[in-house]
Amino acid sequence: MPNTHYFPITSEQRKQMLSDIGVRNFRDLLTGIPSEIVSPNLNLPKPLSELEITQLLTQLAGSNGNANRLPVFAGAGAYEHFIPAAVDAITSRGEFVTAYTPYQAEASQGTLEAMFEFQTMICELTGLDVSNASLYDGATSLAEACLVAANATGRKEILIAETVHPEYREVVATYFKGTGFSIRILPANLEGLINKEAVQKLWSDNIGALVVQSPNFFGLVEDLKGVSNWVHEQGGLLIMTANPIALAYMKSPGEWGADIASGELQPFGIPLSFGGPYAGYFTSTRALMRKIPGRICGETVDTEGACAFTLTLQAREQHIRRERASSNICTNQALCALRATVFLSLMGTSGLRRLAELNMENAYYLREKFAQISGVSIPYKGTIFNEFVFRTKHPAKDFLRSLKSRGFLGGVSLNRWYPDRKNDVLICVTETKNKETVDRFIKAVEESL
Amino acid sequence: MIEPLLYNDSDPGKQGWSLPERGRVPGNFEKNFPAGLRREKAPRLPEVTEPEVVRHFTRLSQKNFSIDTHFYPLGSCTMKYNPKVHESAASIPGFRELHPYTAAEDAQGILQLMFELEKLLSEITGMHDFSLQSAAGAHGEFCGMMLVRAWHESRGDRQRNVVLVPDSSHGTNPASAALYGFKVVEVKSNARGRVDLQKLKQLVDQHTACIMLTNPNTLGLFEEDILKVTRLIHDRGALAYYDGANMNALLGIARPGDMGFDIVHLNLHKTFTTPHGGGGPGAGPVGVTKSLAPFLPIPRVNYDNDRKQYFLNFKGKTPVGRLKAFYGNVGMLVRAYVYIRMLGAEGLKRVSEDAVINANYLKRKLSEVFHDPFGGFCMHEFVLSSRAIGDGKDIHALDIGKRLLDYGFHAPTVHFPLIVPDALMIEPTETESKETLDKFILAMRAIAEEIRNCPEMVKEAPHTLPVRRLDDVRAAREPRVNYFDKKQSDKALHV
Repeated sequence: MPNTHYFPITSEQRKQMLSDIGVRNFRDLLTGIPSEIVSPNLNLPKPLSELEITQLLTQLAGSNGNANRLPVFAGAGAYEHFIPAAVDAITSRGEFVTAYTPYQAEASQGTLEAMFEFQTMICELTGLDVSNASLYDGATSLAEACLVAANATGRKEILIAETVHPEYREVVATYFKGTGFSIRILPANLEGLINKEAVQKLWSDNIGALVVQSPNFFGLVEDLKGVSNWVHEQGGLLIMTANPIALAYMKSPGEWGADIASGELQPFGIPLSFGGPYAGYFTSTRALMRKIPGRICGETVDTEGACAFTLTLQAREQHIRRERASSNICTNQALCALRATVFLSLMGTSGLRRLAELNMENAYYLREKFAQISGVSIPYKGTIFNEFVFRTKHPAKDFLRSLKSRGFLGGVSLNRWYPDRKNDVLICVTETKNKETVDRFIKAVEESL
Repeated sequence: MIEPLLYNDSDPGKQGWSLPERGRVPGNFEKNFPAGLRREKAPRLPEVTEPEVVRHFTRLSQKNFSIDTHFYPLGSCTMKYNPKVHESAASIPGFRELHPYTAAEDAQGILQLMFELEKLLSEITGMHDFSLQSAAGAHGEFCGMMLVRAWHESRGDRQRNVVLVPDSSHGTNPASAALYGFKVVEVKSNARGRVDLQKLKQLVDQHTACIMLTNPNTLGLFEEDILKVTRLIHDRGALAYYDGANMNALLGIARPGDMGFDIVHLNLHKTFTTPHGGGGPGAGPVGVTKSLAPFLPIPRVNYDNDRKQYFLNFKGKTPVGRLKAFYGNVGMLVRAYVYIRMLGAEGLKRVSEDAVINANYLKRKLSEVFHDPFGGFCMHEFVLSSRAIGDGKDIHALDIGKRLLDYGFHAPTVHFPLIVPDALMIEPTETESKETLDKFILAMRAIAEEIRNCPEMVKEAPHTLPVRRLDDVRAAREPRVNYFDKKQSDKALHV
């Protein structure tokens, strides 16, 4: 007996409706479908009841080594952070979860006002003027930023620091494939940071933007003093991608003179979920406002002069401009952006700052302890936020397996992206770990060597 | 009633967070973090307490229409009921708290689910294989465009730079093709609202890379010549791309693979009822035929028969690159998997049957009042024109949509597709009851009466919502997109 609990039309009503339509049975409605392809037999597993599917999924999920079972010391673009209960409570409300994109503004003031608050908070964090209502994730947001920069400057190349997340660089390359734009890589120096002299050496008049990440992929905070001035003098733009919690403490893209900031919102109350759904943020200077992709919410008035919110600057978008749109993007990641909005509303300026400080306390403590462990070295000594690289005397793969057997998800092997870095591990520690857990972890590391 | 922005209640003396004390772990960042790398100006976030935050957002939620509260006859958007078990399933800690770089041996549950979902979607659509990476429909289209080019180039066929789209297509189709550097050429519809086969024959040549089709199309009409269309396309060396936005009409009814499509994207947030979330997140998996499967983006989810283990395979030789960080909107994949496993073949078929019956019932009843430009039966949606009824009164489809809000119904998709003047595009879905449909019919009849007798009721709608009709022109002319944004001339926010 299949499940019928989603189907309100009774069999009596069905007969009545078919008769009102003027046909005898359902098949009579399928006049246009060629007979050789109509009504295939789908070979699918038998339907399960809600109880059975819940049991099946609980069993499947039980074979996963989630953060509940294995404390996570892995980061690399996805971070385990504390999520206040109010975030889940608000964002599980059906009025948010099951609403459509706010095209009918009068019937979507809730979603729209939250978007306006989101845009305000993200502008504040990044120190820039205009924010969209979010994109798919940090990587696609960076790719869109590169497209905007290339189009805005009329130049065909983008200079991307090697210290940008490798998967982000791959996504930029993907987005560039059909456009005729290309990427030039800015190598890192021996400290794991961007090489500012190399920026000047590699620069050419074909380059529209420099892309940097901070904290960069190796966890290091970049010093961008003088960079934006120089890039702007060459007629280029500066794009910065940054961990958004770090923005509570470190210099913002706007303060560094960046033209576009893009990045991942996952640390703001969005669960890990094996990599998605997350959301990307995207902010720019006012000068680029009419060139940026994605939904933007703006304030306006109704016919009685009352303040209200609506999607605006839609002349950029695909549903108006079709093939001449600034991007093909249709929706944003509204519910994920709402999670970030509620999260930031709870944290406020002081809470986000405390959160950043707790991350740094843990990271500096862990790095100092690691530096004292024989068999481990710290290749980069620079300023960090909640991640750093360490080198073991064993291949990272074996080391991590050994840590796993001691009950920890112990970091990410850089070998995944850098074939010559077999012994390097990128490790992350967030506010979710107290001293006891960190110390237990250090002990497990020592035993794994 | 206006709900003030949270910023209005902000006060530095308030705190909405509860976090551990500083100094819990003795790491000294202050000594190590140079002053020159620190922020000079603190971000202005609202400083409010938890009850204020909860009340604010709860009140905001009450200003929304949603599927949980309203009927959304929104054509091509498939706004159907989103089962609650989907939400609880995606929240099981083993899924929700799983880091994307967890080793495969500790992610067997989720990898198995993804592996099986690829198979289920392949069976439902008649395709050979699926990639689950794309984050949304438009992202899936973008992936599809890359597959098209990669396939042609692998055959040394490099001059194919044209993508054909019907004039009734979704805006994302031409935008996705253009984003990937294709030239977009529009195919006119014939008088019956279908692709004009004769005109198509004149357009397809050695430069055609692919045709992008939605079937049933955005008029809710099945492309009767579909087998001829795909044969023509293939005979001339091009590919056929299926935009799955309207797949809700076809579960167990007809499969894109059997129609001759080479590439398919599905909108899991439509047909497979993962929630729309006020505009995302969605998911847009891409399916392909056997000859295109080697081009699917990496990583792929594979099964190692020797080790009896699922794993992410990064080793493909595809020229199609990575589409996003990590592996896709996994949380949405869990929801879609639950839906398919709970309904099975019979249940999925019921989805499309009821969706088609509901649409034809509404079409039949409403065409007594509004002009039905194409006649005949529709699939899961249909398009009426309000031109005749609103003509001379300056009433347009948009106004009717706004007036419907007063009657407690979300507006249909209006003024789309572009080929029907004053289009009202209506898709009821299978999860609406006959009682709701009948109330909707009454509302539409009442509005038609109002247009005749008191058109200003319609022109000035909505009357009963939290706000009256909005001034969209003003919003775009003097954009205020940020609370601290005073006016257009105010360049910098952080001064």
